[in-house]
Amino acid sequence: MSDNTATGPDQFTGATPDNALRAADNADHGPMLAADGTPLKKSLNRALRRQKLRALMLIAPLLVFILVAFIAPIADMLFRSVENQIVADTLPRTTDGLAAWDSTSGEIPPPELFEGLYKDIFIASERKLHTRLGSRLNYELTGVSSLFRKSGRGVEDIGEVYQDQFEDFNEFWKDAENWNPLMGSAEWLEDMAGWDEKSGDRQPAFEIRDEVASVLPETAAMYETFAEFVQFEDEDNLLKEDPWAIVYSALYADLSAGADVASLSGPGSAELQEAAVAVADFETVDYSAAFEEIDKDWHSIEVWQTIQTYSPAYTSGYFLNAVDMKKGPDGPEMRPENERLYIKLFIRTMIMSLVITGSCILLGYPVAWILANLPARTANLLMILVLLPFWTSLLVRTSAWKVMLQQQGVINDTLVWLGVVADDSRLALINNQTGTIIAMTHILLPFMILPLYSVMKTIPPTYLRAAKSLGATDWTAFWRVYFPQSVPGIGAGSILVFILAIGYYITPELVGGTTGTFISNRIAYHISSSLNWGLAAALGAILLAVVLGLYWAYDKIVGIDNVKLGG
Amino acid sequence: MVALTPISRTPVSFYVPVVAAAGAFAGLLVGTAQGSSLLGIILGAALMAAVAYVLTQIIKEEKAGIWGLTALLAVAGFLMGGIAAALIGAAFGWFFGWFSFWLYEGRYRAKVAPYLTPRQVLWHFTFRVICGAILVFLITPILVVMPLSFNAEDFFTFTPEMLRFDPAGYSMKHYEDFFTNSDWQGALKNSIRIAPAATLLSVGFGTLAAIGLSQPHVPFRRAIMAILISPMIVPLIISAAGMYFFYSRIGLQGTYAGVVLAHAALGIPFVIITVTATLVGFDNSLTRAAANMGANPVTTFFRVQMPLILPGVISGGLFAFITSFDEVVVVLFVGSAGQKTLPWQMFTGLREQISPTILAVATILVIVSIALLTVVELLRRRSERLRGMSPS
Repeated sequence: MSDNTATGPDQFTGATPDNALRAADNADHGPMLAADGTPLKKSLNRALRRQKLRALMLIAPLLVFILVAFIAPIADMLFRSVENQIVADTLPRTTDGLAAWDSTSGEIPPPELFEGLYKDIFIASERKLHTRLGSRLNYELTGVSSLFRKSGRGVEDIGEVYQDQFEDFNEFWKDAENWNPLMGSAEWLEDMAGWDEKSGDRQPAFEIRDEVASVLPETAAMYETFAEFVQFEDEDNLLKEDPWAIVYSALYADLSAGADVASLSGPGSAELQEAAVAVADFETVDYSAAFEEIDKDWHSIEVWQTIQTYSPAYTSGYFLNAVDMKKGPDGPEMRPENERLYIKLFIRTMIMSLVITGSCILLGYPVAWILANLPARTANLLMILVLLPFWTSLLVRTSAWKVMLQQQGVINDTLVWLGVVADDSRLALINNQTGTIIAMTHILLPFMILPLYSVMKTIPPTYLRAAKSLGATDWTAFWRVYFPQSVPGIGAGSILVFILAIGYYITPELVGGTTGTFISNRIAYHISSSLNWGLAAALGAILLAVVLGLYWAYDKIVGIDNVKLGG
Repeated sequence: MVALTPISRTPVSFYVPVVAAAGAFAGLLVGTAQGSSLLGIILGAALMAAVAYVLTQIIKEEKAGIWGLTALLAVAGFLMGGIAAALIGAAFGWFFGWFSFWLYEGRYRAKVAPYLTPRQVLWHFTFRVICGAILVFLITPILVVMPLSFNAEDFFTFTPEMLRFDPAGYSMKHYEDFFTNSDWQGALKNSIRIAPAATLLSVGFGTLAAIGLSQPHVPFRRAIMAILISPMIVPLIISAAGMYFFYSRIGLQGTYAGVVLAHAALGIPFVIITVTATLVGFDNSLTRAAANMGANPVTTFFRVQMPLILPGVISGGLFAFITSFDEVVVVLFVGSAGQKTLPWQMFTGLREQISPTILAVATILVIVSIALLTVVELLRRRSERLRGMSPS
């Protein structure tokens, strides 16, 4: 940016700092001095730098604006197409455990993993996150959504096995007022005593008692999770909330592992010691069997393979989905024949865009030719007929076509009146591919005519006459002399029309029915109806790549700077 | 192209068959409508051949001949099928009268090059008819909407009353609905609130940047240009998807500010393109002259540069305005019910409960776009005149 050489070949003749710099370079006798005594070269460099800086300062606000309002959203969309943190965030213990599981062994994961799953799902269901994860994984394997919904209810029952036994053993374990002094640190209890719930002050954050944390690590960890949720997500008074069932499960796990409860003193230590003795006789829970009871799908390898495949934070799964593939245990594989949808849709979008581009060339070429060859006054008049549709609202034109193409519409009525078609066999012109092609050809035609016109305007009519006077027939003169010169216009117009057509949404949505829709309609469907945002983002990313490729070609052929608007 | 070819009258053996062929075609249309195509062709050809001969060889008086035939066929049409048919008959009459004399006098050759063979002349006129048909295709949808919007019924097609020009077939009730229905008025209000704000943003930022971009030394000019033009290139559905995801992250989804921001981004390429195009012809020595005479940069900008590039700025602004005013995809995703704009209302109207009020709105919008088109065209001419005046 701050290089001190002239910026490239100069298009500006006259007194620009660049040119003066060159002049100074060429001077071979001693350094020239500016009026203030600095060497001329240095002073000119400074001027050049200042000029560049000023130009950048003028551009900067807009550049920042576009980056924030437009480029960032696009980047966000691209990010979403690979992002997959939800699985690891919702089921952290399960995904950790699954990393070591061999999915090809043909055996379901070990029982310890089900204990982790129990904790994950229990916490997720308290936070109401398990259904979201269920619908996420349902995109990959149908049925997972209901599996998670069922499990969210089922884990409560698993937890209650221990909770009931503790509470039956001693009423002490039932109430929050007994748990808090046992688990909480002295300072925190003091703070809570001094906190007025109605004052609107923040509830003092729960602090675990250090001795408890070292003796009963799992219970402490689970109680902290519980306390954080109650205090800051539900915003309830922790002193009045009875602990989750899972806290009892953790307590059982700690006690049965032989925790050294004798070393604990203070409130509740007596009850804890009693309980430590009693747990030996408690009925235990087989987590693996318990989950099988909730839904036998938990013992199906397929479910576990799916969870394992989608546990990384980033996935290519959405992109594979977007091209009708899926992640299998041994890498990407094609989906079954009847589930393939998107490749067909991409091909249909391409073919229809090509047909639209083709009909635009067919209709646009003669009009552009006549506009370029008529006397200026007549041409300007006819130009209005091209520009008026160009300026008219897209919705207006689409509604016009909807009105005209209907079964009871203007075109069918006219055809019936003329007797071309019978009243009972009116043509189906709308809600199919025909409708989309007719309406979009009309809508995009000006985008073909305008670039063609500006190219044809530059072809001297004398060339054609010269060819004919040299003996060429009409066709030869056109095909060998005129047409090659108009090819750049065809190229520019075609790419423009194709780029616009391939990403169209409104018109196919309104006149396309089910067979005349494009890939963009599917993207919109996934954003607003099926809520599979990742897949929508992946489809969008592919479409964007195609369009950018075409745009690059357009830039090579025409140049961005030569984009012209209307006339 | 006034390459005049000397013209002379053509022989009967040329123009009578040609008129007869045209008559056969017209007869085909009328005959099919009446139930017998073949009879129509024969009758049409015979009648029109006779007409051509009588007009040119017996009546000879051109004006009287044409208008007489027009009146005659209008009456015949009226007897066959009322006012609409009378109009069609009159049109046919005028056309065949004019066509006969046009061929007979050899006037068709006057404006084509003298060396063209008859086949080339035929192609010349066929080509024009084809072009005319394409232009009709371009303009018809817009023209059809207008009369339909005055339909007295809730239909989307011409009712028999309308075709009879019965005043009872027409009414303003769809316009009334537009101006009284709170849905439509709310949508109109939203459009009017959103479009100018978005235009202001894009014109403000865009003009500054366009001036910056037209400086002689801009580092990374191509890259910057590509970024600034990108909202025009990226398909709307992708912009809409991205903005929906991103704006809901930062809490702008479903807000007025979010929609304005999104629309401003979409309008910016148009401002950049039109203003840079105006600046291409801008003479930089004018700003140096102003500075030389003691004007500071701000004064120079507002008193010298701005008046000269104003036409470009205004037409860029109009483009940005129409972009925002017509935009529906992005607002569908970024906006919520509170930002329902006119195109959005039309979109839902077309998709769900299709009501002819849409046609009234469409007609109003067409008139608005005609007005805008006129303004842009006038501005373009003014800009060219201004630039023609400044020394180059």
